[in-house]
Amino acid sequence: MGAFILLTVLTAFRVLSRNRLRAGLTMLGIIIGVGAVIAMVSIGEGAKAAVRAQVASMGTNVIIILPGTTTVGGVRGGQGGAVTLTVADALDLKKKIPLLTETAWAKRDVMQIVYGNKNWNGPVNGVSPGYLTIRDWSYTSGGPITQADLDTAARVALIGQTVVENLYEVGEEPVGSTIRIKNVSFKVVGVLAPKGQSAQGSDQDDILFIPFTTAERKVLGTQFLGSVGALFAATDRPEDLPEAVTAVREVLRARHRLQPDQPDDFTIRTQVDIGRVQEGTGQTLTLMMFAVASISLLVGGIGIMNILLVSVTERTREIGVRMAVGAKRRHILIQFLIEAMTLSLFGGVLGIVFGILGARATTVVAGWPTIISVRSILVAFLFSLAVGLFFGLYPANKAARLNPIEALRYE
Amino acid sequence: MGALIVCTDLWKIYRLGDVEVQALRGVSLEIERGEFVAVIGASGSGKSTLMNILGCLDTPTRGRYWLDGQDVGSMGSDALAEIRNREIGFIFQNFNLIPRTSASENVQLPLFYRGASLREQRTLAAAALARVGLAGREHHYPAQLSGGQQQRVAIARALVSFPAILLADEPTGNLDTESSRDIMVTLARLNREDGLTVMVVTHEADIAAYAAREIVVKDGQIVSDRRKAPVHARGG
Ligand SMILES: Nc1ncnc2c1ncn2[C@@H]1O[C@H](COP(=O)(O)OP(=O)(O)O)[C@@H](O)[C@H]1O
Ligand SMILES: [Mg+2]
Repeated sequence: MGAFILLTVLTAFRVLSRNRLRAGLTMLGIIIGVGAVIAMVSIGEGAKAAVRAQVASMGTNVIIILPGTTTVGGVRGGQGGAVTLTVADALDLKKKIPLLTETAWAKRDVMQIVYGNKNWNGPVNGVSPGYLTIRDWSYTSGGPITQADLDTAARVALIGQTVVENLYEVGEEPVGSTIRIKNVSFKVVGVLAPKGQSAQGSDQDDILFIPFTTAERKVLGTQFLGSVGALFAATDRPEDLPEAVTAVREVLRARHRLQPDQPDDFTIRTQVDIGRVQEGTGQTLTLMMFAVASISLLVGGIGIMNILLVSVTERTREIGVRMAVGAKRRHILIQFLIEAMTLSLFGGVLGIVFGILGARATTVVAGWPTIISVRSILVAFLFSLAVGLFFGLYPANKAARLNPIEALRYE
Repeated sequence: MGALIVCTDLWKIYRLGDVEVQALRGVSLEIERGEFVAVIGASGSGKSTLMNILGCLDTPTRGRYWLDGQDVGSMGSDALAEIRNREIGFIFQNFNLIPRTSASENVQLPLFYRGASLREQRTLAAAALARVGLAGREHHYPAQLSGGQQQRVAIARALVSFPAILLADEPTGNLDTESSRDIMVTLARLNREDGLTVMVVTHEADIAAYAAREIVVKDGQIVSDRRKAPVHARGG
């Protein structure tokens, strides 16, 4: 049987190479289908990996607590309403929940930042020192905002790369210089190391940090001292996150005196949730592409079936001869199945090559990250094999069921 | 051991709508090993139908058929394919070589379906081609060979698997006189020298003359069956 299969494969190659144009056109559907799958999956995987990397870079062990309730649709309401989170909440969380290694608070607004005769509109963040630790910021020069800065409402600032680029000359050292926000002057004590784009596509380096106390008293203003825009908490290990989230909810509900029938007046998010949402979007996209590719493969399969039916008709006499010299039905069946699978496999391999090239081109031209997974190549390979098998079955069976005498007499 | 071919009361009836065509009407026949038989008769008399049944390509509507002691009438399509592969060598009027496939590969075909190794296939095919005088033409394609040569490739294919019988249906029908004589001499030699059983269907008397036994078919029945001296024996 081994020799039979081998020789049949060789015969299939010869038959197909006799009609190269025909074979090529027949394979086109498979090539496009498989190519699309490979390219799309690698784009999808690349995007997913980017999101995952982002999430990891922001810390998988971070809890973000925002004021306001969450509606069913996931939209936060009541933001403009009563301020529900305070510095006292943060301190109490730290005290009551041993799992939390750090809590921090922040508030932000976009404001004009002035240096010399230049200015830049960027987000000004009033933060507690813990925020910088939780978000894992590092410094290209200078150092962080300290607890002493917070306690004394010092007029010090940390600035991100984008702010530096827009306010300072190339080569100029920002640390030690004085900038002004809302006519309050701040001494720049550190420049943040660049983080690049966030998963959502925003520029994380367009940022400025000042002590929270300075921000609420002199820059951002406040409804009452101690009201915050967001609370942050971190655990030591990501595994502890679910337990910590539950504890945070309990403590906050108790502090806010919420009755059991009242909804939370705050919203708890973790980076894992945010990443999941984004991955979900990527998956929908991948699924849609998969549908398109499936249709392409279907069309390709029908093309193979069509060309094989033509081939069976053209070679009716040959089939008769083969039967006359002792070919059994299964021999004829296998012969045409192998021809179909050779076509689809060849198409599949070409599709894989074009898919990889397409993914590469996407990275080069559009700058999207792509990952070519071995799994998708394997799946594409098996899929094209299956397409050949499935769509070859009908013509091959038709050939195998021919009556030898009628086949021999066929003109 | 009985005769190679024994058949009794073979009928073949085709139904074309309301019309019934009786292609064979009670044919009984015995053929011994080593015989050279000619079946002659007018066109439409049922020669090919008989040949196809004897070659296990077709089954009779009625009647029994034993080939080499095996009851062929009761076999399924795979078993019949097996019989065709081992016991029968076919030669057709229009050669029926597979186009764009070398002489050697055409000859290898029965061995291929028998599962022989590629080396065995090649060796046996070369030997068979040599036996029909085509040594050195292994790699020629059918289109590069004359009609007579193509028919000799077909003979090589028929005998490569050492079958019990060669069945030739009008083997010279598409050939000129010279090539026809060639083919018949080749068949006669294979019969005489290798003891191969040969059955040739023809409607030409001078082709039938090569055989040692002549069966005349008319309207689906055998009307005459006689042994005679073959032409080459007569000629010396
Ligand atoms: N498949 C078939 N369907 C209907 N009639 C057939 C078929 N094959 C042969 N016949 C008829 O059977 C008769 C014998 O045919 P055949 O054996 O081919 O004759 P010969 O070979 O002697 O010329 C003819 O009348 C022919 O028309
Ligand atoms: Mg005939």
